[in-house]
Amino acid sequence: MLANKNLQLNSLGKLQHFLSIEGLQKSLLTEILDTAESFADMSEQQVKKFPLLRGKTIVNLFFENSTRTRATFELAATRLSADILSMNIATSATSKGESLLDTIRNLEAMQVDMFVVRHSLSGAAHFIAENAAPRISVINAGDGQHEHPTQAMLDMFTIRRVKQSFSGLRIAIVGDILHSRVARSQIHALNILGAEEVRVIAPKTLLPAQVESLGVSVYHDLTVGLKNVDVIIMLRLQKERMNSALLPSESEYFKCFGLSDDKLKIANKDAMVMHPGPINRGVEISSSVADGPQSVILQQVTNGIAVRMAVMSMAMQCNMRTE
Amino acid sequence: MTIEHIKIPLLLNQLEESITQAMEQRQVIDPIVIGIHTGGVWIAEKIHKWLKVKEPLGLLDISFYRDDFSQIGVHPKVKQSKLPLTVEGRDIILIDDVFYTGRTIRAALNEIFDYGRPRQVILGVLIERDGRQVPIRPDCIGAKMNLAAGQRVKLTGPEPLDIDFQSVA
Repeated sequence: MLANKNLQLNSLGKLQHFLSIEGLQKSLLTEILDTAESFADMSEQQVKKFPLLRGKTIVNLFFENSTRTRATFELAATRLSADILSMNIATSATSKGESLLDTIRNLEAMQVDMFVVRHSLSGAAHFIAENAAPRISVINAGDGQHEHPTQAMLDMFTIRRVKQSFSGLRIAIVGDILHSRVARSQIHALNILGAEEVRVIAPKTLLPAQVESLGVSVYHDLTVGLKNVDVIIMLRLQKERMNSALLPSESEYFKCFGLSDDKLKIANKDAMVMHPGPINRGVEISSSVADGPQSVILQQVTNGIAVRMAVMSMAMQCNMRTE
Repeated sequence: MTIEHIKIPLLLNQLEESITQAMEQRQVIDPIVIGIHTGGVWIAEKIHKWLKVKEPLGLLDISFYRDDFSQIGVHPKVKQSKLPLTVEGRDIILIDDVFYTGRTIRAALNEIFDYGRPRQVILGVLIERDGRQVPIRPDCIGAKMNLAAGQRVKLTGPEPLDIDFQSVA
């Protein structure tokens, strides 16, 4: 079982750690989106760097590879004037047998202020937040199959920028729901923010048991599931997480669940197409759709910086106030 | 000046006169006018028009440069700063509505200097009140006043511009 959800909030109900979307209030998610909006505007300025976190040290603790997420966290921290240390865990002490807690204790002794954690095990970020010094904030940058809250928030930010509001929106999440921490966070966020309907579209082998309990409608046929949809979120096939043959072949998968121009026409005319990346062209999505006018995939990458700046500054401010 | 005598047009005239003198004394050439959000922009629009400056009015939101971030956090609705293409070597007339502690101006100067090194900056404010906390003060003012403890003064607008006095318990 994962740690207490309220671990994320301080006594004033402010964000101290950002570990999961589940259990957060709409007002807090909206505050993150509003703050990110300010940072997004700032990124269009000549000078994109602000002194908010000057003198603070942020450690990127990536136990799993992720070039894009790590880069956007680094850039976000740099734009907030924080110092950032990116730990290459593959060559660090944990690979020499040091325990995770000892690694954390050593970094604490270096007087760092925030951990950004990516780990292959669900609950790793919660574990660190529970055990780290109270002055340190922890941001979950993806833990196992549990959650990837900043990715979900940048997706929410992208949707809100295009569609203005979540009310009345029908959103389809297509693909490998079973292995996707992003999908789990997206479903929570969309339900909290008041989307009309969240659909998951996938073969039965790529859906978690009792997925309906997350508050979604389930479809196994893409041509049925895309009807009247405003937002299509395609997911990457996480082959590295599949420990058995869950699919007949990639070409068969694309035929049934890949987003092509023809399939896209089934959705609403102004439906937006998203993908958290990296995309497998011709497996989950065709190049013509990925690069087409309805795609916002690169905007998602840009928005990731603003959202991570917002989350980092909110969490850090919370810790400064309670010092 | 007492509260009863506060009249916006009068204050604006005083400020314009003060800016004229400062520009002469400091040999200001081809200035840029920059207003600090929100009230400072309302005043700066009038100064910009009065000086017939061709370059667009510069807008500054100093929220990300404030020194009380750890107390008040990030305001979720920060406006975008829009400064002229270059401030390097330029004469700047920086405008705010009320000068109080001086911390807003410190933040504004920090932000401007992130964009370049101006030749000089002249600070003009509609009202300078008591309560300065850092060694910064305006060059040009519309009026100067001392307020009772707990009293606040705020410009309301943009149309019509007015002065609002509030008592903070």
